[in-house]
Amino acid sequence: MAASPALAVTPAASPILEMRGITKAFPGVKALDNVTLAVRAGEIHAVCGENGAGKSTLMKVLSGVYPAGSYDGSILFDGEERRFSGIPDSEALGIIIIHQELALVPLLSIAENIFLGNEAASRFGVIDWPVVMARTRDLLARVGLDEAPETLVTDLGVGKQQLVEIAKALSKRVRLLILDEPTASLNEGDSAALLTLLEAFREQGITSILISHKLNEIARVADSVTILRDGASVETLPRAAMLGPDGRLDEDRIIKGMVGRDLAHRYPPREGVAIGEPLLEVTGWSVRHPLHPGRLAVEDVSLTVRRGEVVGMAGLLGAGRTEFAMSLFGGAYGQRVAGEARLRGQPTDLGSVEKAIRAGLAYATEDRKGYGLVLHEDIRTNVSLANLPGVAAKGVIDEDRERAVAERYRERLRIRSSGIDQVTVNLSGGNQQKVVLSKWLFADPDVLILDEPTRGIDVGAKYEIYAIINDLARQGKGVLIISSEMPELLGMCDRILVMNRGRIVGELSADEASQEAIMRAIVTSGG
Amino acid sequence: MSDTATPATAPRPAAFAGFNPKAFTGSLRDYGMILCLVGIVIFFQFFTDGALLRPLNLTNLVLQNSYIVVMALGMLLVIVAGHIDLSVGSTAGFIGALAAVLMVQMGLHPLFATLLCLVAGGLIGAAQGWWVAYLRIPSFIVTLAGMLVFKGLTLALLAGQSVGPFPPDFQKLSSGFIPDIVTGGSLRITSVLVGVALALILVGSNLRRRLGQQRQGFTPEPMATFALKNALVAAVIVAFSTWLATYRGLPNVLIVMFALILLYRFVTSRTVIGRRVYALGGNEKAAKLSGINTERLTFLTFVNMGVLAALAGLIFAARLNTATPKAGLGFELDVIAACFIGGASASGGVGKVTGAVVGALIMGVMNNGMSILGIGIDYQQVIKGLVLLGAVSIDQYYRKR
Repeated sequence: MAASPALAVTPAASPILEMRGITKAFPGVKALDNVTLAVRAGEIHAVCGENGAGKSTLMKVLSGVYPAGSYDGSILFDGEERRFSGIPDSEALGIIIIHQELALVPLLSIAENIFLGNEAASRFGVIDWPVVMARTRDLLARVGLDEAPETLVTDLGVGKQQLVEIAKALSKRVRLLILDEPTASLNEGDSAALLTLLEAFREQGITSILISHKLNEIARVADSVTILRDGASVETLPRAAMLGPDGRLDEDRIIKGMVGRDLAHRYPPREGVAIGEPLLEVTGWSVRHPLHPGRLAVEDVSLTVRRGEVVGMAGLLGAGRTEFAMSLFGGAYGQRVAGEARLRGQPTDLGSVEKAIRAGLAYATEDRKGYGLVLHEDIRTNVSLANLPGVAAKGVIDEDRERAVAERYRERLRIRSSGIDQVTVNLSGGNQQKVVLSKWLFADPDVLILDEPTRGIDVGAKYEIYAIINDLARQGKGVLIISSEMPELLGMCDRILVMNRGRIVGELSADEASQEAIMRAIVTSGG
Repeated sequence: MSDTATPATAPRPAAFAGFNPKAFTGSLRDYGMILCLVGIVIFFQFFTDGALLRPLNLTNLVLQNSYIVVMALGMLLVIVAGHIDLSVGSTAGFIGALAAVLMVQMGLHPLFATLLCLVAGGLIGAAQGWWVAYLRIPSFIVTLAGMLVFKGLTLALLAGQSVGPFPPDFQKLSSGFIPDIVTGGSLRITSVLVGVALALILVGSNLRRRLGQQRQGFTPEPMATFALKNALVAAVIVAFSTWLATYRGLPNVLIVMFALILLYRFVTSRTVIGRRVYALGGNEKAAKLSGINTERLTFLTFVNMGVLAALAGLIFAARLNTATPKAGLGFELDVIAACFIGGASASGGVGKVTGAVVGALIMGVMNNGMSILGIGIDYQQVIKGLVLLGAVSIDQYYRKR
């Protein structure tokens, strides 16, 4: 057993939290089935599982969103059985959840957000601002956020907003901090900083539960991991058991536990796909920043995507990749000041999204819920949205044809749902992403730009998305993947472009590419 | 309890293939609104000692509400697109005044003047839609401004006076009835025949659609439900037209209204442009990134609203046979209420033409019924307000479950 510093802190600490035999049923579905979770005081306990495995439901049971009585089983905190009837009950004991979708009010300041609902006020409801500001400064120092308490939350990046959430949790004297996929929308740098913070908390005696899909994070900080699958707890592994013989995380073991089968490879092979002539050629693309006149969000970007080729675009958050893609896609972002695009060798006018689609370009957004789907509409309506003329004659929709199309993609992409009439808001992230992909496949583009195609998606669904991407390449389409997950780019792409501060600062072939090479390109580009 | 999950994942028996419980509860909500209307009708029919459904009163009911229904059709699209139009009452009043000036004071031919008025309505809609769609000023503010502007312009155009009467040809728009070919007898045969024809067309088209779906291998609903629903609708249409035929027959404006309802039902449920309006209201950003020209679409919904408001203004003016500065006052409230009672969502993307029409009829029947009962205009408003709040709350409640 490797002498892990993590284990050294609390070798045999008693459990701070025990959830025993938790069973929670919804009409027609059993979301949790006899789940057991034991968290030792002072540890970082990872919980992983596919989307729909029951992680969020379990946390809702723990925090009292589902009150005692609505589930079977018992919760012990500090060795005593607890029956929470709502979030205030669990918060009173110091159990604080930070949800994936941050619950901050954008137009209020950091200080106002931290003390929202918990204001330092006199008996008559008059807020004592000097006290609030001083306490906010202390809290911000503890989470390592160097911002003035008066700063509006909307002016902060996602990473810093996450820190504000954590500061808010600290203000409530947190004892058990639960983070639901905290790094899903963070770049590598911010993610690393967040994990370091968790380690610091561990030293201060704060216990954390980290819900995460990212195995490298689990490998870095977790003292133990509980794996859930299909609403049941599969196993809990202490750190020693998580590691393989080489002292590194035994990823295959965890993945096998999560999906219930061996994934031979994380990335399906794509062999024998001939890379052909250029489909998309962009030269000198520059885009003005919409908020800061005189600044360029994208500067002099040139790239080529060939038939059958999968090209990656790496970079930190805010590197200008999404901005470039959306600007190319019919000027959906900013204002182009220079640049030319050619599709299939022909200069092409991409002046509007409609024109871009007709020219054979598709852009699947990184923000499925915000920009990809009409959430309260069903699968059928969403699939046909970008190509309604394809299921219509003279402006009248042929509903039978539309159903047939939706049914075809539902089967082809294996969208797990009750049927094409299911409303997309109820689908899991992976299946929502498949609906977005179906929409673009039906528009029949030559070149697809996929922006963070697997963000927030579990391992099994990721594999399926990768297989779809490979299929597209095989069909002779060109694919440009924008991703913040470097292993994904390394595993999938024929070529990787590195972007930083709106410019392309490096291009690596599959052979040369490595995480180190990508980071080097970013760091040495300076700026 | 523990084995509830199993049947859900097991393949369903073939007879239930394509049966979707969600769609069923969805249509239950639609029927709920119709049941509510039927309940209100029965209530007033009982308490007015049968006065409500007398042919004379029924004819009046149609005439009184036609302009609200016409505007509700346009307002539904505006609301589904995620906007609101507060100016429709003022626009209707203004167009009525314009019609009076053109026909009564300037002596223009009614047909020509009517066309001019519809174009003017379209321009008013375009003027407001431009601010909303291209300059991104909230529609609430733009149309609030429009409401004041056109109320003022109505006063200016009429110089504070009522102007009338209109030429007889124009009056026929509201007070005319479809002519009877076979004269004599107390029953207007043509009107009955029109009703029967309408019922046949409706059932026929539903049947054709169903057969088409069956060919494709979908079973939308059991034959029994389908037959019952269609028989009921056909019976209501035939009974309604026969009943009206015992008085003076079908009013012209009813035919116009019915044609428009069918047209807008078709546009919203079957056409590309209709589908795009729903997508626009449901998620504007997603619609835009799917290649939909959201600005132009928003603009067009306002143009459409303007034309329908103009038509409503003409119908109202023809009915009163005079244009008054007060015409159109408060119409927007009834129209917007009709859409929301009919299940449209204030945040856009949700709403049906049939819902809005039923909502308008609920408001109309209540207005008429309460007037017959002698309830003062004061308490009528209180009751209408509470009904609006109640209907939307119930809808919200069922939507959340």
